[in-house]
Amino acid sequence: MKLLKLSRGRLFPAFEEPLAEVSLDAWRDNPQEHAEATALTISNDTSLADIKCDLHGFSVIILDFPAFKDGRAYSQARLLRERYGYTGEIRARGDVLRDQIFFMARCGFNGFEFSGPDADDASAALEEFSFAYQPAADGIAPVWRKRLGRAAAA
Amino acid sequence: MYRYDEFDATMVAERVAQFRGQVARRLSGDLTEDQFKPLRLMNGLYLQLHAYMLRVAVPYGAMSSKQMRRLGEVARKYDRGYGHFTTRQNIQYNWPALVDVPDLLDELADVEMHAIQTSGNCIRNVTSDQYAGATAEEIEDPRPYCEMIRQWSTFHPEFSFLPRKFKIAVTAAPHDRAAVKVHDIGLILYKNDEGETGFEVIVGGGLGRTPYVGHTIRKFLPKEYLLSYLEAILRVYNLEGRRDNMYKARIKILVNSEGADKFAEAVEAEWAQIKDNGIDLPREEIARINDYFAPPAFETLSAESAALEEKKAADKDFARWVRANTVAHKIPGYAIANISLKPIGGIPGDISDVQMEAVADIAEKYSLDEIRATHEQNLVLPHVKKDDLYAVYKALKEADLATANIGMVSDIIACPGLDYCSLANARSIPIAQRISERFADLGQQEELGEIKIKISGCINACGHHHVGHIGILGVDKKGEEFYQVTLGGSGAEDASLGEIAGRGLSSDQVVDAVEKLVGVYRQHRQDNERFLDTYRRLGADPFKEALYEAA
Ligand code: HEM
Ligand code: SF4
Repeated sequence: MKLLKLSRGRLFPAFEEPLAEVSLDAWRDNPQEHAEATALTISNDTSLADIKCDLHGFSVIILDFPAFKDGRAYSQARLLRERYGYTGEIRARGDVLRDQIFFMARCGFNGFEFSGPDADDASAALEEFSFAYQPAADGIAPVWRKRLGRAAAA
Repeated sequence: MYRYDEFDATMVAERVAQFRGQVARRLSGDLTEDQFKPLRLMNGLYLQLHAYMLRVAVPYGAMSSKQMRRLGEVARKYDRGYGHFTTRQNIQYNWPALVDVPDLLDELADVEMHAIQTSGNCIRNVTSDQYAGATAEEIEDPRPYCEMIRQWSTFHPEFSFLPRKFKIAVTAAPHDRAAVKVHDIGLILYKNDEGETGFEVIVGGGLGRTPYVGHTIRKFLPKEYLLSYLEAILRVYNLEGRRDNMYKARIKILVNSEGADKFAEAVEAEWAQIKDNGIDLPREEIARINDYFAPPAFETLSAESAALEEKKAADKDFARWVRANTVAHKIPGYAIANISLKPIGGIPGDISDVQMEAVADIAEKYSLDEIRATHEQNLVLPHVKKDDLYAVYKALKEADLATANIGMVSDIIACPGLDYCSLANARSIPIAQRISERFADLGQQEELGEIKIKISGCINACGHHHVGHIGILGVDKKGEEFYQVTLGGSGAEDASLGEIAGRGLSSDQVVDAVEKLVGVYRQHRQDNERFLDTYRRLGADPFKEALYEAA
């Protein structure tokens, strides 16, 4: 496993001190006991609708891909960014492979515990598409917005 | 028709380049088959019994002559000279070599076609009414909405790893030719009492081992909110759909286990949060897409054609073809002409390279360059002048494409079954062929009227047997092929699921069984009743009796 972080559209290997992690359940039960925690882990069957807590105290929120096919965390990441305004790192853990990182980045992930063999190649995967058809959490203007811009300029 | 601009063209070209890389990594051994599988599946490449199969998207079933011609060339160059139109308005090639697939995709990209999201647990190619833009029944052309859905769903980052595959169908006519009630989402465009157009949103229909007719979760959705509403449905499904059991992962299971009301509430709550987040297209983009579907250059003609009447009187076979295969067009003097891909004794949906090129030529000359694929595995020439119908018929006949059997007993849907599919219990294609031969006489078929027979080789129901007026399902009985007959299904606006008629039949018995069922209908039918109407009026008993009476 290699930790990669997204910055300006590229992935960089990152080295960091181990995080003080706490699971959402443990933290909810007893926040005092986990006051020093820096990273919150949220399982992918947790509904974010009933997270009634301050996420902003955590510098990292870790979401889980138990298998790459299990795509619940894509929705969770978008909700964290777009609905709950979380601006810290959202990190993907689990079955994190080259060909999914593009989708993850679009949904707001910016940290990846990369489980594929070739971390250098992972960055290339982010550059395979020049455009996006739909808005997501990465702020990329969808194709239709570019079309409007072009029509206005013409 | 929609035409790619540079953005669309770039997206498709980049997808081919990406896939080329993935194939190269597979061929060099960097990727194992296990790792490659999800990648190839995202691009319509399946491993079948004998070889790879490539499924090419025909978005909402609409093609130009140029595209059809290319499909024919591809069949010749990369396959064994034929293609197979499916129940989802797609075309499949059964024999491409893996190493050739990227080149094949490049050739398709050249004519604005692709295999994106034709498999995998993502939003699949959206399907629609094959008569869109040609039928007087519709209140508006559904294709622009299909194109909007195509773009929105393409490489959707949040919904590319759903619990299971996801199929959306759209219609804008009261007569449902798109089977919207047996899709994950079915959309019916209509005008409400206030005169506004919008969608009835139906969710949770589907076939497979647990078939359901969908539930309406919203009676009226203003059409400008289409994409945000779809996004809300998909988000609820992505988060809450089951992932522990592949057979319980479709949205139909979620909707039916929670109850449609509760599901609808969750969707409405989600939608309320996102409806003004900039997901929906602005008016300018909607207008841009609509412009591509502006009516083609129709001529002003008189409603009736003397030439047509004259030829009909002179050529009985032609007259029959006109009765069976053509329907009314919205413009006076035009007709919609169906091309049956169900020749007597043939393989449903198969078409050769030469036939594809013939269809391309005919459409170019006589149908304003447009062709459609239907979910019943046929083709349509949507805009033919009545004056030209005879020439079209002659040309189709020349290409062996003029079987006059649309909607009739030999217009059978059949899945690939045991001849191609590794999941099959039994063969489907030979059963279809034998039924078709049994009822070969077209005069008799016409007299029987609409009878929809649908055959699946296993419970996955790729052949839609649950919604056949007569459904035939392949089952395995101690290693022998058996067939279970269902009765009274429909995939149209009067959707219903067929009921099992009784114990399984051997492949020898099943063709006789169909004949017996048709016999009961013939004996009891009143006026212009269809087989299905007679069945619904009488109930199953007389049909069951005929099937299982002591031989
Ligand atoms: C030979 C390769 C094929 C295999 C292995 C295959 C496999 C499957 C499986 C496993 C399902 C069930 C999915 C589920 O319930 O979620 C399914 C459904 C379906 N297949 Fe196929 N299939 C094949 C070919 C085809 C072809 C050629 C067609 C079109 C003629 C087709 C049309 C469908 C349709 C329409 C469904 C959906 C039924 C529904 O809505 O639940 N399949 N297929
Ligand atoms: S219904 Fe069964 S046999 Fe037929 S194609 Fe689908 S999976 Fe194969």
